[in-house]
Amino acid sequence: MRRALLPLGVAALLASGVAQAQEMDHAGHDGMTMSAAPAPPLCPPEHAAMGHCKPAAPPAPMPATGDPQCPPEHAAMGHCKPDPHAGHAMPQAMGGGTALPAGNAPPPPATAADYADRFWGADAMAASRAALRREHGGMAFSQVMIDLAEARIGAGPDGYRWSGEGWFGGDVNRLVVKSEGAGAFGGRLDEGEAQALYSRAVGPYFNLQAGVRQDFRAAAPRTYATIGVEGLAPYWFELDAAAFLSTRGELTARLGAYYDQRVTDRLILQPRIDLNLAAQDVAAAGIGAGLSEAELGLRLRYEIAREFAPYVGVLWRRKAGRTADFARASGEDAGGAALVLGVRAWF
Amino acid sequence: MTIALDRRGLLRGSALLGAAAAFPAWARPVSPGIVGPLPSLSGEDIHLRIARRMLMVDGRESHAIGINGTVPAPLIRLREGQQVRLHVENALDEDSSIHWHGLLLPAEMDGVPGISFPGIRPGETFTYRFPIVQSGTYWYHSHSGLQEQMGHYGPIVIDPAGADPIVSDREHVIVLSDHSPLHPHAIFRKLKLQGGYFNRRRQTLAGLLAGRDQREGERLKWAAMRMDPTDISDVTASTYTYLVNGHGPEDNWTALFAPGERVRLRVVNASAMTTFNLRIPGLPLTVVQADGQDVRPVTVDELQVAVAETYDLIVEPREDRAWTIVGESIDRSGMARATLAPRAGMAGEVPPLRPRPLATMRDMGMDMGGMDMGSMDMRGMDMAGMDMPGMDHGAMKHSMRDFANAPEVRKTPAVQTISPMPVDRTGEPGQGLADAGHRVLTYRDLVAKARNPDVRAPDRQMRIHLTGNMERYMWAFDGEKLSAVTAPIPFAKDERVRVTLVNDTMMGHPIHLHGHFFELVTGHGDHAPRKHTVQVQPGGTVTFDVTTDAVGDWAFHCHLLYHMHAGMMQIVSVRPREGEAA
Repeated sequence: MRRALLPLGVAALLASGVAQAQEMDHAGHDGMTMSAAPAPPLCPPEHAAMGHCKPAAPPAPMPATGDPQCPPEHAAMGHCKPDPHAGHAMPQAMGGGTALPAGNAPPPPATAADYADRFWGADAMAASRAALRREHGGMAFSQVMIDLAEARIGAGPDGYRWSGEGWFGGDVNRLVVKSEGAGAFGGRLDEGEAQALYSRAVGPYFNLQAGVRQDFRAAAPRTYATIGVEGLAPYWFELDAAAFLSTRGELTARLGAYYDQRVTDRLILQPRIDLNLAAQDVAAAGIGAGLSEAELGLRLRYEIAREFAPYVGVLWRRKAGRTADFARASGEDAGGAALVLGVRAWF
Repeated sequence: MTIALDRRGLLRGSALLGAAAAFPAWARPVSPGIVGPLPSLSGEDIHLRIARRMLMVDGRESHAIGINGTVPAPLIRLREGQQVRLHVENALDEDSSIHWHGLLLPAEMDGVPGISFPGIRPGETFTYRFPIVQSGTYWYHSHSGLQEQMGHYGPIVIDPAGADPIVSDREHVIVLSDHSPLHPHAIFRKLKLQGGYFNRRRQTLAGLLAGRDQREGERLKWAAMRMDPTDISDVTASTYTYLVNGHGPEDNWTALFAPGERVRLRVVNASAMTTFNLRIPGLPLTVVQADGQDVRPVTVDELQVAVAETYDLIVEPREDRAWTIVGESIDRSGMARATLAPRAGMAGEVPPLRPRPLATMRDMGMDMGGMDMGSMDMRGMDMAGMDMPGMDHGAMKHSMRDFANAPEVRKTPAVQTISPMPVDRTGEPGQGLADAGHRVLTYRDLVAKARNPDVRAPDRQMRIHLTGNMERYMWAFDGEKLSAVTAPIPFAKDERVRVTLVNDTMMGHPIHLHGHFFELVTGHGDHAPRKHTVQVQPGGTVTFDVTTDAVGDWAFHCHLLYHMHAGMMQIVSVRPREGEAA
């Protein structure tokens, strides 16, 4: 048909003629059946027998007609609707090529990726080769995250609080510096500390961290060895747990968790819990054995940008057990509720 | 009697019949005042100059890298059988390169710094020399750093040595891309610090109360797995403007046609990160070429164009009206838009963005007892109330990272999940298009027009896992980033190998092998479609046969730019067998 039209020599007619011919070519394949050629298993029986692999379930052979994505038994259950054209996508029986099963020849011996050297020289390639590796997975990054920077109104004298960390490193190994503290406006620093940690990714979600912690609090300055984990737990809970052993042999621990509930895309409600524990009394620091202090917070932040989100919230803190006794003895409250105003920011 | 089935002759013929256009029609100034004509380069000696420039998109100016002063770079038009010398001057202050995507050429001309050659230093000119042994639609781009994101890409069209079997009256090159005012290193850093940084449409409490998206029970199950069903695209319209031939949606780049013409659209997805769902509402699209290779014509209403893929489409608009070319980003946060119109200044109706898709259990490689979840509407479905044959949600939770299902994979933090039941999804429309309500191209619809050049059975087979960790923004093959890989994947020259790619992540990956075409194992025997890039759907597998006939070291990577940059890349080495000549 195409050839018959060619001698007409009129471009437009030619074009539409070929178009028709192409359509007819295509239509001509409709109704033909494809060969039922099941894909060869990736794990041939002889390999499976040697324990090299586990055979997958054999793939279902393609039905000669009908929709392979919607077999009749599923259609009958109402799970899907067969596509009447599905079978027609396979225009004709075609053997050879990709229909043939694959063998199980062994792979060739390992090589070095040095082929370009013979054209450009190893010296010329060295720098770009190093850059290639560095740029494809080997880069280091850094971040400063100010998690809490807030003013606290209520539950004692009005004051301030901060909590944040900075890190530098790659995907697995990082140097982390953490700091947190609190104080009264115009008063002394109630508590303040910094940690320097080596952090290592120990799974897809968690980092193991170890290092030192230094307290700045005048009443009981301490240096600790610390070890902990930080990461993302199921249900999207952020967890942070650490144990601290001071140079005086005092063992304390801290557990923190929070959850970001998106109310809207930019408005985020964050419940948060922090628990402090001690293995023994640390009288100088006003800490008693057991659960020493608990804090529950609820902060609502608005992400003006991902990197900058002011928040408002409430928190409830309470010293517990002997820690509360120490506080009362020194004329302080054991705790109470407070309003917080602050900002979460990172860069 | 012989008649030259020559494209130019046809164009002249159609011009005689009253068509307005001269050729080449790509990037003509159809909307005066927005852009000048982008040049087309051809011949034996082609000169390209890479330099910084400003780019105006939708009236806003931003920094870009252009070639010969334009973004996208000039169209390079070649002819099969010719020799070409491409003289590339690097006028940047950093190393650069050009990779000729999809072209079969000697390894040392492939243009990947650190693999093929040392790169082009600032101020230097490098001359690429190679024979043109193929025809079709291809493209070129930087393989240095993240330059591709800044506009360093352009189309290549190679006319066949003889008559083009695909006859058309007119051609348009449609280069789809994504552009951000942010520097690509800033984008990458944000992704590394917070994987979901650009996802501005996650599920919310407000959505739950309004009955949108997943119901509570389902949300809890996904939360238990630390999986976000709205995580479809890493970088979104929250920072991207989607471009057609360098023009934003407001620029309304217009492709002209005369009613009744057969119009060939050469579509190139030159994006850094964006999978596009392409359609022209009201016009059927006949796919005639995929990745530069002729396929049997198949007519659809929409197709998903993965990053780095090319498709040639025939449309035959008969009415004297304007149509809108819609390139919706896969997450439907924005669209590339252009107009197909008989006259400049016209605009078709622009359809609204469709509701954003949510990832399904099938996207996690959980087949749910063989049910076709792909064609089901998962939105609003109560999974809790359904009886899933053969599926135990408790057991599923624990099998999300079971390395027994993937013995090839290294157990590293780069592996967040292992698809427990990955299935071949080449017969399904792309992610989010199962319920499009019209014909959508699947890979199984593609059948090569000519018999495959190598129809031997594969000598051996291998499996490669596509792995990732969206929390840490780590991406890798088999759990190992390129930075940690010590040796290339070895192939012998002229081996025939069956490779299965297993996607263990919840995101589609366009996997590209340099220097070769491979044949998709999709049931078409010796007429398997030949491709240079294949989208592996989330939780899915793709199997292809490849003849490793090109000696050298070749890049093999995910073409999502930031996935590649994060480590989802390896080197493939092809060497003669012992005793054979190189």
